[in-house]
Amino acid sequence: MPESQLLAVAVIGVLVITLTIALVGAIGFKLLRSWRELGTDAERATYTTLHSASLAGKHLRNGLEPVGAAKASKHLRSLLGCEAVAITDVAGVLAWDGIGEAHREGALGLAAKVLATGRTQVFREAVVHQAELKEAVVAPIRARSRIVGALVAYAPRAKPGLVRATSEVADWVAAQVELAELESSRTLLMEAEVRALRAQISPHFIYNSLNAIASFITTDPAKARDLVLEFADFTRYSFRRHGDFTTVAEELRCIEHYLKLERARFGDRLLVSLTIAPEVLSTVIPFLSLQPLVENAVRHGLEDKEGIGHIAITAQAAGAFVEVTIEDDGVGIEPEHLRAVLAGHSDSDHVGLRNVDARLRQVYGDDHGLVVDTAPGAGTLITMRVPKSQPRPDLGSLTDRLSA
Amino acid sequence: MNAGVGYAAIIGVFAVTALIGFYGLRISRTTEDFYVASRTVRPWWNASAIGGEYLSAASFLGVAGLILISGADALWFPIGYTAGYLMLLLFVAAPLRRSGAYTIPDFTEARLESPAARRITSLLVVLVGWLYIVPQLQGAALTIRIATGLPPWVGSVAVAVVVCITVVTGGMRSITFVQAFQFWLKLTAIAVPIVFVLIVMANSGLTVPAVAEPFAAEPVGSPTAGAYRNISLVIALLFGTLGLPHVLVRFYTNPDGPSARRTTLIVLGLLSVFYLFPTLYGVVGRAFMPDLATSGSPDALVLLLPGRLIPGLAGDALTALVIAGAFAAFLSTTSGLVVSVAGVISQDMLGGRVRGFRLAAVFSSLVPLGVALLTDTTQLAGSVGLVFAFTASTICPLLLLGIWWRGLTDAGAIAGMLAGAILCGGSIMLSRALGAEAGPMGDLLAQPAAWSVPAAFAVMIGVSLMTKNRRPAGITTIMTRLHAPERPVPAPNR
Repeated sequence: MPESQLLAVAVIGVLVITLTIALVGAIGFKLLRSWRELGTDAERATYTTLHSASLAGKHLRNGLEPVGAAKASKHLRSLLGCEAVAITDVAGVLAWDGIGEAHREGALGLAAKVLATGRTQVFREAVVHQAELKEAVVAPIRARSRIVGALVAYAPRAKPGLVRATSEVADWVAAQVELAELESSRTLLMEAEVRALRAQISPHFIYNSLNAIASFITTDPAKARDLVLEFADFTRYSFRRHGDFTTVAEELRCIEHYLKLERARFGDRLLVSLTIAPEVLSTVIPFLSLQPLVENAVRHGLEDKEGIGHIAITAQAAGAFVEVTIEDDGVGIEPEHLRAVLAGHSDSDHVGLRNVDARLRQVYGDDHGLVVDTAPGAGTLITMRVPKSQPRPDLGSLTDRLSA
Repeated sequence: MNAGVGYAAIIGVFAVTALIGFYGLRISRTTEDFYVASRTVRPWWNASAIGGEYLSAASFLGVAGLILISGADALWFPIGYTAGYLMLLLFVAAPLRRSGAYTIPDFTEARLESPAARRITSLLVVLVGWLYIVPQLQGAALTIRIATGLPPWVGSVAVAVVVCITVVTGGMRSITFVQAFQFWLKLTAIAVPIVFVLIVMANSGLTVPAVAEPFAAEPVGSPTAGAYRNISLVIALLFGTLGLPHVLVRFYTNPDGPSARRTTLIVLGLLSVFYLFPTLYGVVGRAFMPDLATSGSPDALVLLLPGRLIPGLAGDALTALVIAGAFAAFLSTTSGLVVSVAGVISQDMLGGRVRGFRLAAVFSSLVPLGVALLTDTTQLAGSVGLVFAFTASTICPLLLLGIWWRGLTDAGAIAGMLAGAILCGGSIMLSRALGAEAGPMGDLLAQPAAWSVPAAFAVMIGVSLMTKNRRPAGITTIMTRLHAPERPVPAPNR
């Protein structure tokens, strides 16, 4: 029906127009306000310089690499007020901004001397047949006493001011590069911390399992044999060296081995129910992130409880996340005590719980720690939420693990 | 038509859908047995679920209606709707699964390492989702008017509200079961009545007056579709399927690349079987109910045909079945879209919290509802076809080039998506605004896919070539991940 389509078009048109007016109004208001609050000329010059510097700094956050250098060189040129700027590392020209990009490769020749001597130099015949680029100032970029590159500024005449400015800007770039190195070592440190945090199989469990197996060897050799095999499977999974991630399905298999061993001690006192939405089975989660939670439920929830204990494990999709819950009807934990445990103040028990919590926060951020609902005598409900999407390159090892 | 039958069918579908949504997982999957609990979704299940999510109002009602109006030309719709999965199978299914990405924006960010490209993709995905929901709600409006005689808006509001409530309260946690059920309900609902209709026709000596004739006849009440229109439509449907957000998230359920491919193959089979039936409705409708084509609601053909040809209680029962199937179509497609759109909104704009997801779900049901109430459509299949044209011009180039070409850069992707969106969206709007005044350009504007898809590809490739230095650093790792098989060589035993 054309009328109603016309109506739709009209509605959309009005919406677009309203949005545009609002946008223009907002920008105008902002500009007006900032104009009023501008300071003196000298202050404005300082602001502009700082602004260019902060813009350039953002792009140097990954160190000296072509993409960032290209973006940063634009701002560096406006900072220096020269005709063209080139940034080189020790092997080649990373970026050129300004006129005469044809002479790009020439910059490395100029930089080579500076890279060798480590002193700022002025070249009077930098580019012979282009007057705007006739002279060049080359300053070394020195990060932690090592020369990592050079900054080349071209101008028709290299005045002393430009020489000074170029070497100052080169030093500033060097500081940014050092920051970038600091950042990357921080990442390395975080990775090392994740490795160190990787859950460990608990000595108690080994001791208890071996004892349980020992008790069956004479009475029920077949069962003892099964248990030894379970133990072997469990330890093989837990001791594996490569990969920090696994899938929900693999982790469930590990829990199965674990519970079979625990059942040898608990007998019929331990009941488990599972509700696993099949969609989430292939979701990638940190290695040994569920088994310690089940172990926590068994050791701290059900061990001290009289009679039959239940553990319910559920895993379901919740939007773009997977929500896993592990609930037991055991003795529960004193909330104050739990808070101390999770904050790392108490090094007594619940090591697994704290470890998993810390790793989840490391990997997914502080919003994704464990959520624990508990009270003395009321059981414990642990909820874990991880994003479904994990296109991380370091998961590549997951695939060869599956086939192993 | 007996309104009581309509009410019963609609309420029945609502209730069963909600029950399966809430309790399906608990009943079928609560066990003490780890083996049962860790069984992955079989390709058959997943394929049914994809079919359930995919077969929308356009397929259930729209295709038959279009055949009624324009005859053989309308057959391009079911062909295109199905063949899109062939493209999906060949080019996207397995690599996308291997990427580990859950949504299309996730994929964009992983491949292009650019938050800006991610944001643009999110916006487009949300837009596509909303545009796709609108015809579903319009189909519901039509169906409720015919089934119960209530004012049409009741249907749209009911579907939007029911979907909103089930999604917000967590009723879609095990969406595979719900959607797989919906597929088989839809197939039954569309197949059984037409089989009965054919039997009745055979018994009473009625025949479709030579099957070829209705197809050859001049289309009733709509201009002849030229070759350009058909080509453009097929391009839109073929490439558009590649970018549908609610279909692509379903591939995440497959455990690995090969099972993603097997699933797609089964989907192809299931859809081919399904589309046989709307076609039959269309042919029989052309013979016995040509009046509908001119009366303004040809999309109602599937709903009215069984009652018209089979009188009495049997007719009422069959009509109830068709109504139930139609509502299954609205509910499943809408809820699938709301879940995936709300996922994208909550992740990219609201920080990924549970409350954010609920808020986003409410928002994603209400916005399309508003649009559906303000607008009206004469052709469900046609308006869904335009959404396909839009995804084909925006998200499809991103996925295809992102998966198969190392050279794609974030700048290229953004430029291409924006160009596709502006060209395709603008020309559709323009053609709506101009209507019949568009003249010779009318076809070009009304079905832009044939030129807007190549244009989007060209812009994406061109800008990428101009910004070679922006290729992501980790491109080799990502490409290896997308294309290397999951299990290359068995690792040596330790």
